[in-house]
Amino acid sequence: MLKKITVTVNGTEHTAEVEPRLLLVHFIREVINLTGTHIGCDTSSCGACTILLDGKSIKSCTVLAVQANGKSVTTIEGLAPEGGPLHPLQEGFKENHALHCGFCTPGMIMRAHELLEHNNNPTEEEIRWGIAGNLCRCTGYNNIVKAVQWAGAKMRGAELPNTEPEFRCKNARRRIAKYGAGVRISSNTGQHFNLSTN
Amino acid sequence: MIAQSFQYESPQTLQEAIELLHKYGDEAKIMSGGHSLIPMMKLRFAAPEAVIDINGIPGLAYIKEEDGMVKIGGLTRESELEHSDLLAKHFPIFADVTKLIADPQVRNMGTLGGNLAHGDAANDHPAVMLALRASVVATGAEGEREIPIDEFFYGFYMTALQHGEILTEIRIPVPPAGTGNAYHKLERKVGDYATTGVAVQLTIDSNGIVTAAGIGLTNVNPVPLRAARSEDALIGKPISEETLKLAAQYASEDCSPSSDLRGTEEYKRHVTGVLVKRMILKAAERAMQ
Ligand SMILES: Cc1cc2nc3c(=O)[nH]c(=O)nc-3n(C[C@H](O)[C@H](O)[C@H](O)COP(=O)(O)OP(=O)(O)OC[C@H]3O[C@@H](n4cnc5c(N)ncnc54)[C@H](O)[C@@H]3O)c2cc1C
Ligand code: FES
Ligand code: FES
Repeated sequence: MLKKITVTVNGTEHTAEVEPRLLLVHFIREVINLTGTHIGCDTSSCGACTILLDGKSIKSCTVLAVQANGKSVTTIEGLAPEGGPLHPLQEGFKENHALHCGFCTPGMIMRAHELLEHNNNPTEEEIRWGIAGNLCRCTGYNNIVKAVQWAGAKMRGAELPNTEPEFRCKNARRRIAKYGAGVRISSNTGQHFNLSTN
Repeated sequence: MIAQSFQYESPQTLQEAIELLHKYGDEAKIMSGGHSLIPMMKLRFAAPEAVIDINGIPGLAYIKEEDGMVKIGGLTRESELEHSDLLAKHFPIFADVTKLIADPQVRNMGTLGGNLAHGDAANDHPAVMLALRASVVATGAEGEREIPIDEFFYGFYMTALQHGEILTEIRIPVPPAGTGNAYHKLERKVGDYATTGVAVQLTIDSNGIVTAAGIGLTNVNPVPLRAARSEDALIGKPISEETLKLAAQYASEDCSPSSDLRGTEEYKRHVTGVLVKRMILKAAERAMQ
């Protein structure tokens, strides 16, 4: 039997008649057509589908749309106004190279959003525990940790950390022998580094 | 993955929920956090005709101290247990255990009542409740009854809850001074179910003698297991190399793990013993503080 639900998504009320078995993530992606929220594992393991339900980060592949009746949902699309400035977390991810393919990013950011709400100056350990339910197959997480710290600094008005990625040149010794120390080289992200062995 | 079709009910009172459970009979399932139920329904391991969502019923989530008991509402979320000052005061074990259950998003949904009612020996709270000698309140058409935790877990996904009963409260005796408790589990990765897990609560008197001990084991037995011989090995004596060794040996002998992806039976018996020792030492250290 269809059930009528009203859910406020990113500030706008949506009313729909849905099957009780419809998952919240399918409601978001297919009923109201917001596809920023991704489906990775569909088994509550990867965190790609993370959204905020009444301000709390949850995995929308493991919640029914009917459970969101009368509640408010925030998705990645709701963080910054269309065409307006990015949210500090979005900016932090961009500045710190915290995404490669970007598949995990919306979920990572929504999770980090709740984390920073409780503590806008988290340690590396707190961030790593905080995003333990979000998998990223690309970045190796280091830049994600930096991005969250960067966003925290921006949100509390502190000095912004350096966004230069850690870069180790594998063949540094050989290259120094060839070109001399201090030579500037470019990385594939378009940035420049001085050759050194440390 | 999509679950089989079902009727969805969202009662606003406990009375209404109990009536709905009777109306649908055996085919109805209660939903708390839904984080064991929905995955099982998506995999079609469960296909209830009706889901009775009790989240709309007010007053089922709380943590309070009353009559020498800490009382926790069945619908209290893991994330609330994790950050409760009241629990931190008597039971640092809750901070130990919640941090190791799944991940923050799952803990925003999963509830203590659901974790126990699920009756899964892989879940972490059952062992903790055994160590703390908790009891569980079931509310049905005839009112409330209190079930000691030792009589609660029956078999694979089976508990003492009768059809038409809702787990509404968990009661934990406030321990006397000189008590410490601790939990740890061995897991393959963050958020995994336990390869083995050990919960310990000890009360130690001013002469260093153990006067009470509770030890519960996770995921090394078809039902959550009280390591009764290990408890007895500690009581009436100071903690020593000798008592630690015996407690560890008894736990590894008395559990009944099965070999699976998480390890062989032999390995699980061994690491259960290791964790028993470590958690006794940690609980004892906390008891002395
Ligand atoms: C990715 C993932 C990882 C997980 N890892 C862990 C882990 O490491 N350790 C761990 O302990 N758990 C783990 N869990 C399980 C999680 O903690 C569940 O939330 C918990 O087992 C069930 O609680 P719930 O409130 O979600 O219950 P639900 O899923 O709503 O219900 C579970 C069962 O209990 C019944 N039930 C629920 N509430 C009541 C009630 N009040 N009265 C009577 N019956 C009731 C339901 O009908 C159902 O059969 C994990 C879950 C996921 C999705
Ligand atoms: S898609 Fe929901 S956790 Fe992976
Ligand atoms: S950026 Fe590709 S999965 Fe994280």
